Amino acid sequence: MTSPLEQKKIRIAGPSVVTANRTWDGIVVYRTAANSWSAELSEAAIVRNSDEAKALLAEAVADDVGAIGPYIAPVQIGDDGKVQPGNLREQIRRTGVTIGQPAQV
Amino acid sequence: MYAYDEIDRTLVNERVSEFRDQVKRRLSGELTEDEFKILRLQNGVYLQLHAYMFRVAIPYGTLATNQMRALAHVARKYDRGYGHFTTRQNIQFNWIKLAELPDALEDLAKVGIHAMQTSGNNMRNVTSDQWAGVAPGEIEDPRIWSELIRQHTTLHPEFSFLPRKFKIAITASDHDRAAIKIHDIGLRLIKNEKGETGFEVLVGGGLGRTPFIAKTIKHFVHGRDILSYIEAILRVYNQYGRRDNIYKARIKILVHELGIEKFSREVEDEWQHIRNSSLQIDEEVIEDIRSRFTYPVYEKLPHMPDELRQAAADPDFEAWRKNSVAPHKVQGYSIVTISLKPTGGPPGDATAEQMDALADLADKYSFGEIRVGHEQNLALPHVAKRDLPALWKALDKLGLATPNVNLITDIIACPGLDYCSLANARSIPIAQELTRRFANHELANLIGRLHINISGCINACGHHHVGHIGILGVEKNGEEVYQITIGGRADENAALGTLIGPGVKFDEVADVVEDIVEAYLALRERPEELFMDTVKRLGVEPFKERVYATR
Repeated sequence: MTSPLEQKKIRIAGPSVVTANRTWDGIVVYRTAANSWSAELSEAAIVRNSDEAKALLAEAVADDVGAIGPYIAPVQIGDDGKVQPGNLREQIRRTGVTIGQPAQV
Repeated sequence: MYAYDEIDRTLVNERVSEFRDQVKRRLSGELTEDEFKILRLQNGVYLQLHAYMFRVAIPYGTLATNQMRALAHVARKYDRGYGHFTTRQNIQFNWIKLAELPDALEDLAKVGIHAMQTSGNNMRNVTSDQWAGVAPGEIEDPRIWSELIRQHTTLHPEFSFLPRKFKIAITASDHDRAAIKIHDIGLRLIKNEKGETGFEVLVGGGLGRTPFIAKTIKHFVHGRDILSYIEAILRVYNQYGRRDNIYKARIKILVHELGIEKFSREVEDEWQHIRNSSLQIDEEVIEDIRSRFTYPVYEKLPHMPDELRQAAADPDFEAWRKNSVAPHKVQGYSIVTISLKPTGGPPGDATAEQMDALADLADKYSFGEIRVGHEQNLALPHVAKRDLPALWKALDKLGLATPNVNLITDIIACPGLDYCSLANARSIPIAQELTRRFANHELANLIGRLHINISGCINACGHHHVGHIGILGVEKNGEEVYQITIGGRADENAALGTLIGPGVKFDEVADVVEDIVEAYLALRERPEELFMDTVKRLGVEPFKERVYATR
């Protein structure tokens, strides 16, 4: 996982969010504009330039009790304004494994 | 089975209390994640894509049925009803909550299971042959020595902050089922000309970004000296191993850079200082460990019981028996491998229901003992041949009688991008598609022994370098791309596979494997010529031509 330190020189190519895992249970969460975390990508704060991204990441890193391993992840925003993960990794983090789990196979 | 003593039980229980306190302090904010990370890693807790992952040790791959039931309980109560058996005789739970981990650990501790040294830069779970103690022709049960090393290295301060993780595997058979040549230290139990028990010691094996096959550093180390010799190796590693670059920190890099001759001289010098110290093992110590391994009281049974003779008329039973049943050192008994590779299933996964039911079957048919192998399958080590038909029927009902052990669908795969935060590409869906492609067991038998290994990144947890066909997932321009190697193997003739050409896309991988298999079937000189024999005879070129001719 890319650590926040490695993202000091933040350059983002498009709309992005800050994501992490919630500390007590590990689920995927997104940093919101209200200085908290949400399990819903639709509630994530969207940043569009490096300064915004850096500020949001710094705020996320400071909340070490709430979530761990925060980093910036790309998103895509559809014509309808719907936010979608920007790559396969983030898609899997959001929607879960792409395979049947043993009990379902 | 090995019976833990009071010291072991106290250690495991104290560890649970300690971790409970650490988790409490983490959740309250008293510990930062930076401070906590090393503590959770020392207790087998990783952070993966969707959740924490909890890795539990199964020392030398031996499980009692109450331990298997405890694993099922953890899967059911704290996870999502299943667990994943790994390539190093561990089990992983993928959806565990940090807040509940101390309770899970406490439940496991009640049956003597723990997660110590399943992660972090320390001595990892010592692994061994899953047929240990029952394989015909074995020098001695290698678990006795695995246990000795486990006792010596567990929480040993000198081995707790190594430059990088450190893995030891031990075999005592001519045929290596423990993959010792891809371990940091591989130990092969042997007898010298005087009939004394000792070890051929290999060092510097490992896969990952820079794969190496281990080299023999000493042809014979007496059993009484094995701890001091291992310690000498670790001291040289601790002294010279790189800590500035994680990619160059494993002992294999040090051995490669110093050369095996210089490395062995350094070890020899160090060893001379410590070999006659308290590290020399008294025979009583070994005897005490030996006495704590209990073995079944076997019955005197016929080689070919009537039950087996009658069942042989059923072709489905015979297909399974030929594939999954191996000779036992005691007449009338067999070792049964249980495939965790059902058609369309994730390799190595078992549900809580399967684990519980397997524990019941092990109680009924295998003296209460289960084994875990690095191929991500399980085994029942002491099954009377007369019970094989009944066992097969019971396994079949549980979805655990797929007759594909050592065949093309007996795939080793890492969790890949579906679970792992390090992965670049998915592994499990590739394995699932291949098991569907080759689901016809007649075809799989026609192909014969063929191991496919799949890794979702260069860290190589699926051991792709040593797969007869190796598949490595990488990411290129935002897409999953898979590199194919052939000719690798993980046994006593371990070798690294050769890359056959440019990577292929996710949905082309199964087609490529089919092409390779078709080429093999056309090229082999006779049905008995295995895939690896054909590769050895002809090299990779004919396969390369076949794969890329139309791509």
